[in-house]
Amino acid sequence: MQSKERGAAVLRPESEEHLAEIVRGANGPLSVRGGATRHTPRPGEALTTVGMTGITLYEPGALTIVARAGTPMAEVQAALAAEGQRLPFEPMDHRNLLGTDGVPTIGGAVAMNVSGPRRVQVGACRDSLIGVRFVDGEGTVIKNGGRVMKNVTGYDLVKLMAGARGALGILSEVSFKILPAAATEATLRLTGLDVAQAVRAMAAGLSSPFEVTAAAHDPATTQTWMRIEGLDGSVAYRTKELSRVLAPFGTVDRLDPDASATVWRAVRDAQAMQGTGDVWRLSVRPSHAADIVARAGAEASLLDWGGGLIWLRLPTGTDLRDRLGPFAGHATRVRGAPDPQPEDAALAALTSGIRARFDPKGLFRSTHHQTAGA
Amino acid sequence: MEMPRIDPFALAKKDKLIARLSEVLPDDAIIHAEEETRAYECDALTAYKCPPLAVVLPRSTSEVSAVLKICHDMDVPVVPRGSGTSLAGGALPTADCVILGVARLTDVLEVDYDDRIIRLQTGRTNLSVTGAVEADGFFYAPDPSSQLACAIAGNIAMNSGGAHCLKYGVTTNNLLGVTLVQMDGTVVEIGGAHMDSAGMDLLGVVCGSEGQLGVVTEATLRILPKPEGARPVLIAFDDNETAGECVADIIKAGVLPVAIEFMDRPVIRATEAFAHAGYPDVEALLIVEVEGSEDEIDEQLEVIEKIARSHDPVELRRSTSETESAAIWLGRKSAFGAMGQINDYMCLDGTIPVSELPGVLRGIRELSKKYGLDVGNVFHAGDGNMHPLILFDANKPGDLELCEEMGAEILKLCVEVGGCLTGEHGVGVEKRDLMHHQFNPGDMEAQLRVKDVFDPKWLLNPAKVFPLDVTASRRA
Repeated sequence: MQSKERGAAVLRPESEEHLAEIVRGANGPLSVRGGATRHTPRPGEALTTVGMTGITLYEPGALTIVARAGTPMAEVQAALAAEGQRLPFEPMDHRNLLGTDGVPTIGGAVAMNVSGPRRVQVGACRDSLIGVRFVDGEGTVIKNGGRVMKNVTGYDLVKLMAGARGALGILSEVSFKILPAAATEATLRLTGLDVAQAVRAMAAGLSSPFEVTAAAHDPATTQTWMRIEGLDGSVAYRTKELSRVLAPFGTVDRLDPDASATVWRAVRDAQAMQGTGDVWRLSVRPSHAADIVARAGAEASLLDWGGGLIWLRLPTGTDLRDRLGPFAGHATRVRGAPDPQPEDAALAALTSGIRARFDPKGLFRSTHHQTAGA
Repeated sequence: MEMPRIDPFALAKKDKLIARLSEVLPDDAIIHAEEETRAYECDALTAYKCPPLAVVLPRSTSEVSAVLKICHDMDVPVVPRGSGTSLAGGALPTADCVILGVARLTDVLEVDYDDRIIRLQTGRTNLSVTGAVEADGFFYAPDPSSQLACAIAGNIAMNSGGAHCLKYGVTTNNLLGVTLVQMDGTVVEIGGAHMDSAGMDLLGVVCGSEGQLGVVTEATLRILPKPEGARPVLIAFDDNETAGECVADIIKAGVLPVAIEFMDRPVIRATEAFAHAGYPDVEALLIVEVEGSEDEIDEQLEVIEKIARSHDPVELRRSTSETESAAIWLGRKSAFGAMGQINDYMCLDGTIPVSELPGVLRGIRELSKKYGLDVGNVFHAGDGNMHPLILFDANKPGDLELCEEMGAEILKLCVEVGGCLTGEHGVGVEKRDLMHHQFNPGDMEAQLRVKDVFDPKWLLNPAKVFPLDVTASRRA
């Protein structure tokens, strides 16, 4: 598979019309990538979206930004930062975890619904996404949603495209509802908790009215972190109040803004997964997290989203599904051999029906199957 | 309003249909006498009425599944109904349809504060979701103004919003999982108490599909800890442009109010006459509310007031107590009732980019002159979700049609400036024929494909959302 890609010309459309033309003319599978930070070699003609770049609209006063799909994530974030705003969902950078060296694109984040620690408070990438333009498997340009944050006109294909891993079409443009960046942040840290205690502590924090914007636990260091963001006075007040809520769980110390930012960058990018072996990402009920971590018997683990997101590192080829048995939620092997999700038959019938209608020639089929685990 | 031609065979099937439904439902769950089905002839879009063939009120997911299977076998269209509060005619029956009401599905199935979720049957009203958890300090965030009556099933079908979306999002952002019954009776679980979807985000497309993809019988919702407090500031301006600029500047400043409400002069005057809230007689009023502890609220209001002052407001009134907060909200909360005192009204809900606010308000005023109908504007300014209220006289021949025509012009204007036809009410039958203005044929075809997969026979709520000519070949 790899040799097929190596040396072959990569299709690089510079515009949506050009992209549509390529798809209309394609008669075999396409191997689509954005910045290739999560890309694994797969069959088909290589196509990259990185030629379609640029922020097409940014209205800070309307909390709206629209960008072409191949726009580097860094460019979007820099433009927002210049106006004191940000993408709410704190997208992770996969390069460290996967040992890749591409440039993350905004379209790639949408295709995978990539969401970081703040997901627990403001929602996932799909919750900030308010519009898409894409080219389906017949080469038709389709738009859905738009540039306004409240829109129930027609079906919400915007959500369907977020996380569809390119199975329904190639994104050409994406629009977001954005948020003001916080004036400051602080993180409270508990040390010495086991996973079960940490999950309870995080539940207590997230159930308080003090607007915890992230809650994570690293079993290796026994550290539990909770973040507060906002105006200076408000952060001071809420960290004080949250410390009281957390006091029954142990000694609480406070990290300043710089230390706080460092912690959350590490959690966001799953730095605790460094080392060799397979890396799995689990979405679970937070209250089940301790039991699942115990059953997994992983070499390293990391809990984010108050326990709702679990990262696990296991020896290559470990059959994690067998170890876990049935559980509420799902698991994806992010690093290692692709491992397609087992899917309920009725759900599978719906998703394959939708795929077949958006991609009747099967151009994006390999994209979907190969990336099911990436 | 054009509706699909009624199949005469459908009406002839009625006796057989009722007989088969009686095999799967108790007698008190089937309504088919003409004088009783009339109670279901319309929803809150009362201009259009049509009694259905029959009404069923199942008590469980399995009963819903059994009913749908029978209707599917017999090719009988089904119109799902929550509490019938749709302003867009989402639950308007056809003469050959079965209304499937979820009103008896009202159980709370699970509350888990550690996971901050509630699982319930979807006939439960929006406000009673918060009612089930508020004693423990939690609430359900989406708050459509019909929240006392509207059902969660309808909220999910329409992806309902409310006044606090700027901070908390709309239904889709607070929905974690559903039990969906497809038209052929298949029951499918989508999502759950975990936070993100395993494969394709089917939950995302089910929410807001106006009951066309399946009947949602159970839902898992995100609940949130209640904020410590909330307080508004009232800001009055002499012109709409300045008020619009002030909204944009507040949003840019880095504080995120939980609500920014906007009222124009016609609404201010109507509410003053009706509720005596003590509002100044100005061109535009903003109510900006923030949440937190007392000190936090003051910290945020300082920032907001500083911005407001830079726009030279006519008046700036910060609430310092619950009584003052209630007084500030009084007028806003009675705005619809106040307008209703003056005449019948049609409430639109197109959304526009916030930056287009002054221009669109001017455009609405011009249309008001052109059509000779008064319009008041009261809306969620933070997210650009307009609510023009067009006054008309339902008893005056031709007035409704004139009002609808003017409403269509306003919505087209919303689309032209980069917005959309509906921000939270849904398309239903009301805006169905305007869809061409927002979507080209390819955009609509992509949406129809999704319905083809969930409901290949096009029996679920088939005459809604899309123009009839667009769906004709599929409904045949």
